[in-house]
Amino acid sequence: MAITSPTTLPTVMTTADGTPLKVSLQRALRRNKFKAFLLVAPLLAFILITFVLPIGDMLLRSVQNPQVVEIMPNTVQALARWDGQEVPPEEVFAALVTDLKKGQQTRDIGKVGNRLNYERPGMISLIRKSANRAEKIEQGPYKEAMLAVDKLWGDLTVWRLIKREGRPYTDSYLLAAVDLTRDADGNIVPLPENERIHLKLFGRTFFLSLLITGLTILLGYPIAYLLATLPARKSNLLMILVLLPFWTSLLVRTTSWIVMLQNQGVLNSLLVALGIISDDNRLSLIFNQTGTIIAMTHILLPFMILPLYSVMKGIPVNYVRAARSLGANPWLAFWKVYVPQTLPGIGAGGVLVFILAIGYFITPALVGGASGQLISNRIAFHMQESLNWGLAAAIGTILLIAVLLLYLLYNRLVGVDNMKLG
Amino acid sequence: MKKMPSVTLLAATVAVGGAVAYAASKPESLTIASWGGAYTYSQVKAYHEPFTAKTGIKIITEDPGGSGPAGLKAQVESGKVTWDLVDVLEAPALKMCEEGLLEEFDPDKILAPAPDGTPPSKDWISGLTNCYIPTIVYATLFAYNKTMFPEGKTPKTIKDVFDLKNFPGKRGLEKTPYGNLEWALVADGVPYTEVYKVLATPEGLDRAFKKLDTIKKQVVWWEKGAQPPQLLADKEVAIATAYNGRIFDAQVKEKQPFVIIWDGQLLELDGWVIPKGTKNLEAIYEYLRMTTDTQHLADQAKYISYGPARKSSAPLVSKHAETGVDMKPHMPTNPDNMKTAIVKDAKWWAENYDSINQRFSAWLAQ
Repeated sequence: MAITSPTTLPTVMTTADGTPLKVSLQRALRRNKFKAFLLVAPLLAFILITFVLPIGDMLLRSVQNPQVVEIMPNTVQALARWDGQEVPPEEVFAALVTDLKKGQQTRDIGKVGNRLNYERPGMISLIRKSANRAEKIEQGPYKEAMLAVDKLWGDLTVWRLIKREGRPYTDSYLLAAVDLTRDADGNIVPLPENERIHLKLFGRTFFLSLLITGLTILLGYPIAYLLATLPARKSNLLMILVLLPFWTSLLVRTTSWIVMLQNQGVLNSLLVALGIISDDNRLSLIFNQTGTIIAMTHILLPFMILPLYSVMKGIPVNYVRAARSLGANPWLAFWKVYVPQTLPGIGAGGVLVFILAIGYFITPALVGGASGQLISNRIAFHMQESLNWGLAAAIGTILLIAVLLLYLLYNRLVGVDNMKLG
Repeated sequence: MKKMPSVTLLAATVAVGGAVAYAASKPESLTIASWGGAYTYSQVKAYHEPFTAKTGIKIITEDPGGSGPAGLKAQVESGKVTWDLVDVLEAPALKMCEEGLLEEFDPDKILAPAPDGTPPSKDWISGLTNCYIPTIVYATLFAYNKTMFPEGKTPKTIKDVFDLKNFPGKRGLEKTPYGNLEWALVADGVPYTEVYKVLATPEGLDRAFKKLDTIKKQVVWWEKGAQPPQLLADKEVAIATAYNGRIFDAQVKEKQPFVIIWDGQLLELDGWVIPKGTKNLEAIYEYLRMTTDTQHLADQAKYISYGPARKSSAPLVSKHAETGVDMKPHMPTNPDNMKTAIVKDAKWWAENYDSINQRFSAWLAQ
């Protein structure tokens, strides 16, 4: 038969060079996908290096506890068999002396002292003194020798502390981040009343962030509305007024608020000159919570106005007109027809402002005085001043978890899809 | 002290071995991290410029200020040390030395003796260790704006500072427990010399906070050294604590009507540490040997009113380089000003800072 019947046609379609079409198509698809991946690869690498890795590192640091384990391995091992009921036996003291000698030579022993000092003041000098003297202890009995160096070595709670922190991971930073600690017996207890600070600051941070978000909505909504509805020439001018401060350095804006609001500042002097307040009763508007609220509201305002504006710009005027022609009064038309359409903008601006406010640091530091400090100022403090990076990481971790929970809640209640940045 | 000889021997070996290598690999520049502003300026004039003129090695300055220790720790831990010298206070220096973040040396080996041959370990006022070379003594003290008090009724003591009835007006205090607790005790009647003994007891600590409670409502808290002169000039506060050099600057250069209360000044050291792992150790030693000698330390006082940390430098302190003001009466180390000085106990603070600061911050947030 010269002509092949349709049934004997090759069941697999091929391209010109004979490869099956399906395979060839898949290859092309894969090539495209690979090209697309190459395009996003720099961004991916950037996010990985500047975002994912540091956050991972922070999470890790909040529980890492290498000092005692690595620098005093013998002591840790010897303590593993100790029941914690009476002063440890001679072998533990022998291990202690070995570790102290080694640590003194490698100059690492101070790290142990610093680490333990976070849990109990006085440990720096105990460890330092003991390491200095341990060098001269040639032979046992080590227990007596160390007790002669400092009678604290006969204190069970010191040994329990070393045993507890002699693990590669610890919960003590996370506990400290929520104002908890462990008592001498190792039970989790709240810190003494006069040392509790983090929970209060977390509470204040969330409350102020919510308040500031609310204020930016109140102040930003009418401005965004004007921006979206005024004729182009006027709205452009208004837009410049919104954007100029946005482009101005944060520090300049913050310090100008100091000039405006301080006791002898512009506002107070004006009020005194107008006779509204007396010279002795100038208002305290800065270096306290009020200062933080005012300055942060101003600085974060554009983050509310811009998403609102872009949403409002896309709302056709016809809807409100239709509502009006159907008999709604202006307020009803605005509230029932216009506002619901701007919700995605409010959502986007709200989340933006709230998340920025929660991590805000420089403005409260400059104008917050004592009562306007936020939790981020504590993180900065532990990063830069006390150098307790474990605790800084732990506070950061708690803050991250709290924000994620809030985000999930937001997603539940409002829906992240219902958010529009433009 | 017993282990000194071995360290000395080691240092000598390193020095000799290093000198050979050094000639071949002299660095082009050293990077020095300090406090910025008038302070860095005084170092540039008194230390950096003479050093560059002599050796040809340029000095690059950076101004991390109070975050110097944090930056140093980050550099040493990541193994990328870019700072060759860092200017820090005594308490963080002690702490970083404990943590093994600093290069160690024998000060008598690497530093220049006094002109009369006194070895450095005997010539320094205090604080010189195998990690830390103090260069200045500065004071945190109270100063007031005299236009805010009627003549004849100006505050003269720390007790007056805590007396809001007779000396009304806001107080500017640094947002830190350092100093404030000591002064609270002094105002409460504790003798200057027993401040730390009392503060070390729980009752003493309570007493200090209780005294601070009495003025808390009137306090404006500052954080950066530039703030208190500004607060005083703006009449935001009537009395403020400040670093004495900043007040001097405002008095002499800006002619501000500020008066220093020379009572209970808190003396503190500031000076050099070398981050562990720097590659320019030999050049750094050369820099230190030259710029911390008796004359150069005294020279710095021509530009800023901080006292040199060497005893032998004190008599050489002369006039301000730009205004010709006699610097001696402005020095915190001047005997007249030293009568009631409190020397900050950096060791005690290194140990107790974390827990006390926690309490201080909680007290502030109340």
